[in-house]
Amino acid sequence: MMEATWLDLGPITQIEPGMAATLPVIGGDEIAVFHTMRGEFYALVNKCPHRQGPLSQGIVHGDSVTCPLHNWRISLKSGQVLGDDEGCVPTIPLKIDCGRIYLLRESVVGQKAA
Amino acid sequence: MNAPATFDSARPAREKLVVIGNGMAGCRAVEEILERDRERFDVVIFGAEPRVNYNRIMLSPVLAGEKTFDEIVLNTAEWYTENAIELIAGDPVDHIDRERKTVVSRSGRVEPYDKLLIATGSDPFIIPVPGRDLPGVVTFRDLDDVDKMLAAADLGGNAVVIGGGLLGLEAAHGLSLRGMNVTVIHLMPTLMERQLDEAAGWLLKQELERRGQTILTGADTEEIVGKDGHVDAVRLKDGREIPADIVVMAVGIRPATRLAKTGGLECERGILVDDHMVTSDPDVVAVGECVQHRGQCYGLVAPLWEMCRALADHLTERKLDGSGGYQGSVTSTKLKVSGIDVFSAGDFSGGGEGEDIVMRDAARGVYKRLVLKENRIVGAVLYGDTADGNWYFDLLRKEEDISDMREGLIFGQAFALGGGALADSNAAVAALSDDAEICGCNGVSKGKVVDTILAGACSLDAVRSQCKASASCGSCTGLVESLLALTLGDEVQAGASTMCKCTSFGHDDVRRLILEKELKAIPQVMQELHWTTPDGCASCRPALNYYLLCAWPGEYEDDQKSRFVNERLHANIQKDGTYSVVPRMWGGITNPRELRAIADVVEKFDARMVKVTGGQRLDIFGIRKEDLPAVWADLNAAGMVSGHAYGKSLRTVKTCVGSEWCRFGTQDSTGLGVKLEQMSWGSWMPHKFKMAVSGCPRNCAEATIKDFGVVCVDSGYELHIGGNGGIKVRATDLLCKVATEEEALETCAAFIQLYREDAHYLERTAPWLERKGLEWIKAQMFDGLDAVRQLAARFRHSQKFMQDDPWAKRAAGERRDLHSHLATVVPAGMEYA
Ligand SMILES: Cc1cc2nc3c(=O)[nH]c(=O)nc-3n(C[C@H](O)[C@H](O)[C@H](O)COP(=O)(O)OP(=O)(O)OC[C@H]3O[C@@H](n4cnc5c(N)ncnc54)[C@H](O)[C@@H]3O)c2cc1C
Ligand code: HEM
Ligand code: SF4
Ligand code: FES
Repeated sequence: MMEATWLDLGPITQIEPGMAATLPVIGGDEIAVFHTMRGEFYALVNKCPHRQGPLSQGIVHGDSVTCPLHNWRISLKSGQVLGDDEGCVPTIPLKIDCGRIYLLRESVVGQKAA
Repeated sequence: MNAPATFDSARPAREKLVVIGNGMAGCRAVEEILERDRERFDVVIFGAEPRVNYNRIMLSPVLAGEKTFDEIVLNTAEWYTENAIELIAGDPVDHIDRERKTVVSRSGRVEPYDKLLIATGSDPFIIPVPGRDLPGVVTFRDLDDVDKMLAAADLGGNAVVIGGGLLGLEAAHGLSLRGMNVTVIHLMPTLMERQLDEAAGWLLKQELERRGQTILTGADTEEIVGKDGHVDAVRLKDGREIPADIVVMAVGIRPATRLAKTGGLECERGILVDDHMVTSDPDVVAVGECVQHRGQCYGLVAPLWEMCRALADHLTERKLDGSGGYQGSVTSTKLKVSGIDVFSAGDFSGGGEGEDIVMRDAARGVYKRLVLKENRIVGAVLYGDTADGNWYFDLLRKEEDISDMREGLIFGQAFALGGGALADSNAAVAALSDDAEICGCNGVSKGKVVDTILAGACSLDAVRSQCKASASCGSCTGLVESLLALTLGDEVQAGASTMCKCTSFGHDDVRRLILEKELKAIPQVMQELHWTTPDGCASCRPALNYYLLCAWPGEYEDDQKSRFVNERLHANIQKDGTYSVVPRMWGGITNPRELRAIADVVEKFDARMVKVTGGQRLDIFGIRKEDLPAVWADLNAAGMVSGHAYGKSLRTVKTCVGSEWCRFGTQDSTGLGVKLEQMSWGSWMPHKFKMAVSGCPRNCAEATIKDFGVVCVDSGYELHIGGNGGIKVRATDLLCKVATEEEALETCAAFIQLYREDAHYLERTAPWLERKGLEWIKAQMFDGLDAVRQLAARFRHSQKFMQDDPWAKRAAGERRDLHSHLATVVPAGMEYA
């Protein structure tokens, strides 16, 4: 069942393209949900691999985000750090259905075990 | 045919195939089946619409008056008769009984089946707003909808289309051609955001507006307002009301799964099917927009053809194309609005691991973007010139390696396949004749450019300034660079650095061109100046946002997504992700009421530290982003506004106590500081800007390490510029001395404006002054008779729009989305942990 596997975060209109919204997880890492200028959605752990900068507050361009603290560039698709720096941010499977955002429940709540 | 003689006569009876849905997929499936085996099934088709099957996608040209219904019919009444197909039109199926293997229609007709084909298509999505059921609110799905729109258009008046996607824009186009006054309401900031990127969406919007449509993006419908039992207007969440005689709802479609669901078939978004289009019941198959295959639902016709072939192969057990079932489709879209060419295919979210090739030709209104990954095209967006759309789409679908033609790929098939000579861009330029035009904007020939280079212009900048080639839109930059390389070989000098890797222009050029060409939006600058990326990067977006803000005060709308986090949230982000808040204390003066409010905030929101800053005010540390609006509301209530400690803007004006209290004081330095701060707070600048006023040359306020510093003396005020603290301390230079406070204020306003209009983004006054020279600055301000007054007047004009406390707006609820979380997840079981 969809309800069990996927976590409904509500309508996509909550996030303007080029912006991100946050989803705190009690007992886990906060998640950032990004809406790119091109209209695509991605979810990542809201923590830069450099020094834990909140990626949700970075500038979104193409399908990457630039961390607000020291300008590392992170791919929203893969979570991979781009350019000369190295590292990776965990990504959370996300789908859009009938204009609503869904995250894979097990990836959201299972973070801690992983 | 060389098929063996059939055993038809030996067959006990033909199997009965019942089709639900007399639409594009249903009928195509029947055609494919007949083509493989004419004898296998007795076919009955139920259709909800009271007519034969027609080409649904051509409803748009019918609405626009470019086609008639007869011209778009796909299967005539004769086709049904000739193939012995029973069509039950105008009587929709209400129920499927899989136990008894029958379907029941609305009129009560019961039809048994051996095989059942569901092809019910999609239902238009209706947004759940009040007034959605009013007469005059229509969708755009079938001929009846078109007839309703045509009837409304006959009476003329206002049409509102909700939804700026493919369907909505085609409806808007048709209604506009039919003489209606059309407004398109689109929730997202970009039209057709699922197919287009920001750049192409912007061009499309411009063109539609030029044609007289009103396009409201970022507009959320609150209610459809009725009057006398008919639709009368559409009200938006921001309060605007748009008059409407007809409202077309075109916000999207949903697979029509009701029948399948009540019939007990497995459905998610659509009816689940396997590669042979078989549902969870082996005797029930489904095709078209109503199905979900490998997680995918489609809203275009191309996938239907492939689905229908796979289905027919399976049902007749004959494989015409020998495929192993349906494998899913890659789709492309084109907008059917005459005179506007838009094409999009694949995945072009770009950036990241993909690599973009962008070509812009502002003069022809062309924008092309290809996204490559591992030498293959994975996405394409074309605007204005879609001639090569199909070629790109073909390369994309076949996943062809394009490394051999990469250089010329973006120029299209003819060019890319034009052979070796052309593939090397330098060789291509070398082959041009001397009178070939290089720069279309300024009419400069190849010969002229080469002469200019030979006469000593060794860099792109030098060529631009000496013969104007590539100095306007930059689309010929590549050609000029080739000519430099061909003419000078290794002696080409790197020019002044460009703004960032997205453009060949430097900051000065971009600022100049914004004014010259009257560019007023970020996507417009990127298009007109031939940006090489679709939506810029984290360094050019904020810079362009500032340049536009500075060039068009009151006109340009600040783009929040092009702002660094501190300016977006009007607070300073700290290393732990919390924020610090600094309210303004005019000239460093405070009072018990303000201090009490600050103390209350610190306790109420559990701020971990309060610090007296070097700028003579208090900084409250450790505020969470969701608490910011409440903190600001409390500070506002005590009369305090944003201190912009977070901005590329005026920070503080530090003062000493001056003649009011100090025995050395020569002037009222505190009073002047307050006036300076009140004049200039809220203004956005290339970088942060700090001021100070000292009451005598002892200079307790450290005015000589500020961007603008005043040192009071007996005879008046010494005005100093270009100082800063920081890693590399720089003391100020003396700009001038004035006699009165008014002159000091006026000169300060003029200096700030000169800095705002000339400096590069993120260049503080100190490096700016060193780059331009003190003499240049003095000349700009004092050589012209009236220069100071004019600069100051421009500053004051711009301030009219800037001195609007951002905190108050946020505290009142503006952009709540930036401060709130989507939700909070509490994992099951956590409560007990
Ligand atoms: C205005 C417009 C323009 C379009 N332009 C394009 C385009 O340019 N390119 C493109 O690729 N696609 C376009 N499309 C989409 C394209 O038309 C659809 O993808 C295609 O028609 C889907 O075929 P289908 O058979 O699945 O659904 P449909 O063609 O909608 O057929 C379904 C039929 O089933 C009937 N039905 C539903 N329920 C029942 C029931 N219970 N009993 C009996 N009958 C039932 C419906 O009345 C309908 O006639 C456009 C669509 C519209 C509306
Ligand atoms: C992200 C980086 C920085 C942050 C968050 C930051 C923040 C601040 C804050 C909040 C203040 C208090 C100012 C006020 O009252 O408005 C301040 C003061 C100051 N900052 Fe920074 N700053 C940063 C970088 C710099 C840099 C790069 C320089 C040097 C060029 C600098 C030089 C100063 C100086 C000299 C003061 C004292 C100002 C005065 O005495 O008026 N800061 N800074
Ligand atoms: S700068 Fe001069 S006037 Fe101001 S406090 Fe110091 S000594 Fe007094
Ligand atoms: S924390 Fe993200 S770049 Fe440093």
